[in-house]
Amino acid sequence: MSSPTLTKGEAANPAPSSKEPAEAPQEAAPPSALARFLGNPKTLALLVAALVVVVSALVTGDGTWPRSLTADVESPLNDLDNWLVDNRDSHWIFLYFLLHISNFAQAAYDTLLSLLESMSYVGVIVVGTLIAWAAGGADRSRRALRTGGTALAVFVVCGALDVWEPTMETLALMIVSIILSALLGALLGLASGVSDRFEKILRPVFDTMQVMPAFAYLLPLVLMFDIGVPSALIATVIYAAPPMARLTSLGLRQADPTALEAATSLGADSRQRLLTARLPLARKQMMLGLNQTIMMCLSMVVLASLIGAGGLGSEVYEALGALKIGDALVAGVAVVLLAVLLDRTTAAAGERLDDVATTSFSRAAAQLRLAVWGGIAALTAVFAAVGTAVAGDEWPENWVVDFTNSIDTAVNWFTDHLGSGIPLLGGTITWAEGFTEIVLNPLRNGLQTTPWWALALLVAVIGWIVGTWRAALTGVVCLALIGWMRLWDVAMDTLSQVLAGLVLTVVVGVLVGVLCARVERVDKIMRPVLDTMQTMPQFVYLIPVIALVGQNRTGGILAAVVYAAPAVIRITAQGLRHVDPAAMEASNSLGATGMQQLFGVQLPLARKSILVALNQGVVLVLSMVVIAGLIGGGALGYMVVRGLSKGDLSQGFPAGIAIVCLGIMLDRLSQPAAKRSRD
Amino acid sequence: MRIKRVSTIGVAGVGLLGVLALTTGCAADTKASGGGDDKVVLAEPSWVGATANAAVVKKLLEDELDVKVEAKQMDEPVAFDALNSGKADVILEDWHGVPKKQKKYVEEKKTVVSGGDLGVVGHIGWFVPKYYADKHPDILKSYKNLNKHYKDFKTSESGDLGHFIGAAPSYSQHDKELIKNLGLKFKHIPSGAEAAQLKELKRLYDAKKPFLTYWWEPQWMNEKIDLVEVPLPKYTKGCEVPASEAKCGYETNQLEKFMNKDFATGDSKAAEFIKNFHWSTKDQNEVAGMIAGKKMDPEDAAAKWIKDNKSTWEKWIPKD
Repeated sequence: MSSPTLTKGEAANPAPSSKEPAEAPQEAAPPSALARFLGNPKTLALLVAALVVVVSALVTGDGTWPRSLTADVESPLNDLDNWLVDNRDSHWIFLYFLLHISNFAQAAYDTLLSLLESMSYVGVIVVGTLIAWAAGGADRSRRALRTGGTALAVFVVCGALDVWEPTMETLALMIVSIILSALLGALLGLASGVSDRFEKILRPVFDTMQVMPAFAYLLPLVLMFDIGVPSALIATVIYAAPPMARLTSLGLRQADPTALEAATSLGADSRQRLLTARLPLARKQMMLGLNQTIMMCLSMVVLASLIGAGGLGSEVYEALGALKIGDALVAGVAVVLLAVLLDRTTAAAGERLDDVATTSFSRAAAQLRLAVWGGIAALTAVFAAVGTAVAGDEWPENWVVDFTNSIDTAVNWFTDHLGSGIPLLGGTITWAEGFTEIVLNPLRNGLQTTPWWALALLVAVIGWIVGTWRAALTGVVCLALIGWMRLWDVAMDTLSQVLAGLVLTVVVGVLVGVLCARVERVDKIMRPVLDTMQTMPQFVYLIPVIALVGQNRTGGILAAVVYAAPAVIRITAQGLRHVDPAAMEASNSLGATGMQQLFGVQLPLARKSILVALNQGVVLVLSMVVIAGLIGGGALGYMVVRGLSKGDLSQGFPAGIAIVCLGIMLDRLSQPAAKRSRD
Repeated sequence: MRIKRVSTIGVAGVGLLGVLALTTGCAADTKASGGGDDKVVLAEPSWVGATANAAVVKKLLEDELDVKVEAKQMDEPVAFDALNSGKADVILEDWHGVPKKQKKYVEEKKTVVSGGDLGVVGHIGWFVPKYYADKHPDILKSYKNLNKHYKDFKTSESGDLGHFIGAAPSYSQHDKELIKNLGLKFKHIPSGAEAAQLKELKRLYDAKKPFLTYWWEPQWMNEKIDLVEVPLPKYTKGCEVPASEAKCGYETNQLEKFMNKDFATGDSKAAEFIKNFHWSTKDQNEVAGMIAGKKMDPEDAAAKWIKDNKSTWEKWIPKD
């Protein structure tokens, strides 16, 4: 399973940038390191900026954004809020446009759900398994059988865990949202892959989307579409379409030039070239995009239970309200299983497409496949007609295994003992208090007492050093926007948590990543663990986190680290493993020890992917800020949660924007210029 | 051959777009499809008491009146929007936590009507654990004594002040302002969700640590932990408006039912049943305790209560 947010790494220009070789010799010259260090104007600037920050913080001791440079954003938002509520069922925008979207979404979902329900569990299992088998090739090959088998197992386990109904609701919502996101993504990707102008317009949009926490746009959607399936569906599509678009565009742009040349020389015009050469060549990237879109849909569909989407997410949420960890975990497992099902099926379909592309096109096989799909369609119709009559409409009660209570007991025992029962070391609660007092509080105080202009200067200098002047400018503008919305202090609180979480994530991620890359067995154990961590709905581990460290900022940070570390681990391990084998061989023959090899060869050569990992970490930690708001993270995350649950635009929306601003700023500061060199 | 296929798809796509464009020409149906006549939609907030209400109502409506019921998870503020739009038909337990929306929909737009009292009495206040109050009984005399003991409540989150565990964001509250206006040496630290607050209290209670929290009755956890109330200045009508000047505690609240107007005036048996639905705090706690304390399935808990309390619910069933 791939991480839901790996796209940026994939989309990065794979060719080595021209900048790096120029820097390399500089780094390789050891003499007078200090002199060179001080001689470099960029580091000097950084030192000066850091000095200014420290001195000014000590001197002024108050960092608040000046009141005169702010604006009242609450009143206009309140007006908008009122206007929306008053006109939601009378204004023409709603009547002729938004309501159509909303009704269409609702109708599509209702139709699909009632189809699934009328097929009864037997029908869904049979047809689902057949579809997976057909996607895998519809033959007796291992791939087809394995895919079908996975589907069968997933459905049966979901039924046996007594979550059949919510699983079907989530599945229905998933299917609709995947189809819509994939279509939208492919269209946008096509546009930006073919036209440079579109690419220029869409790229920053996608970049922003990537750092935008999904929570930020739940609220406006709720106000426009009311709570329920339509809002959930639209939020999901907005969230999940970008990777599809990004990878489609990338695939189109990377199409093999010789193939295009060949097409041109055969007299194909640009439209024919697109249809016959570029699109088919981009197919692999598009499948990758689809896969990521599916994963993102799934994580969003769960979040969307907060705005009335129902299904498994709502099951998780409800169970947590009664502190039933077992129930929440079971529903979470069903989500993971759905992810496995959809991931394996699309992956198999992708592989099969590759096969078709390479082997010659056989007419008989095509006819067979057509027959199989026709059979599936017919079977669906049959089951829809008679399914419930034959098998009853609910999963039989005696086919259910219930271990929710034993999970409860196990989790409680675990958290109780880890929380305070460890002799000498104290337990996690003591550590969490220490972490708050030693790391978080000073960091927050430091950020809040630093004058805004000194912080802006520091951001500008860092932006300029790692990126370009454009990165610096973006960072400063983002900071200014936060101050302008009167959220400076709160945002600094959040920033301190994000920074602390980021450092922890990167430390843990890189350490485990190194282990995974070097020790085969660790990698084998970690792989399923990472998959689960990434697809398990984040809500599930909120309650155990509170039991472990209490309801406070550290709890929020811990949850963020759990969520963000897998991606960092993955990228680091991958980077280390892909280090040029020749370089490894050379160091081996020179007699380097394992450690020397790691620090002397692997880590330096994998620097780029570690930087990508850092950048991913920023995005992921930030997307947990709101979730952390649910368990005591406070600050901006809490404001968004409050706005959402009070349905109040003026409270939630500015905080959401501020999170996005922080996100863009940190993203730019952690994204080396080389990556964007092709702009 | 492939080109041909693609162009067929293209034609189909254009056709589809045409159809879409045609449908956009006429105004959409403003009535949401969720709240049809055949099915009653209950707005079910996230707390367990509400689950208990919904489970019992659902079971009775389905078994006795043969009406289909769907309980949708939503918090108070959103539920009012849903009642207004017809996406939900009934709120069974409202704590008067969103006066603005209540005024807008009930008094101004008249799309939502009251369904009468639920019977359960809601009470909100500030509470400390009994084991702490036993050691410092003066804290139960007046909120003013909190300042004498604030040091006991310090945590790494609250710094030099005492830690006040605030309510989840969607609950009625003015604690932050109250702490400021009463000059208490406490820092209001909100809970992000009810589940988070419950778990935190449970953790502190098990560790026998002192804490001061926003707390309420009915609440199923009261069977598991023993909290006692710190008296706040008495509530008088309107004293908490505006919140920034509030200097009083909370109103003892007759929890109220609300209904979508069309549903309420639709003269259906289900609507009549909902208006009749009226049970006590004890009844609700019994069901909620089964759900949360004994980890029973809400449906089973409701069935058990229904079996044991026929005389109570018989009165709710409308007569022919």
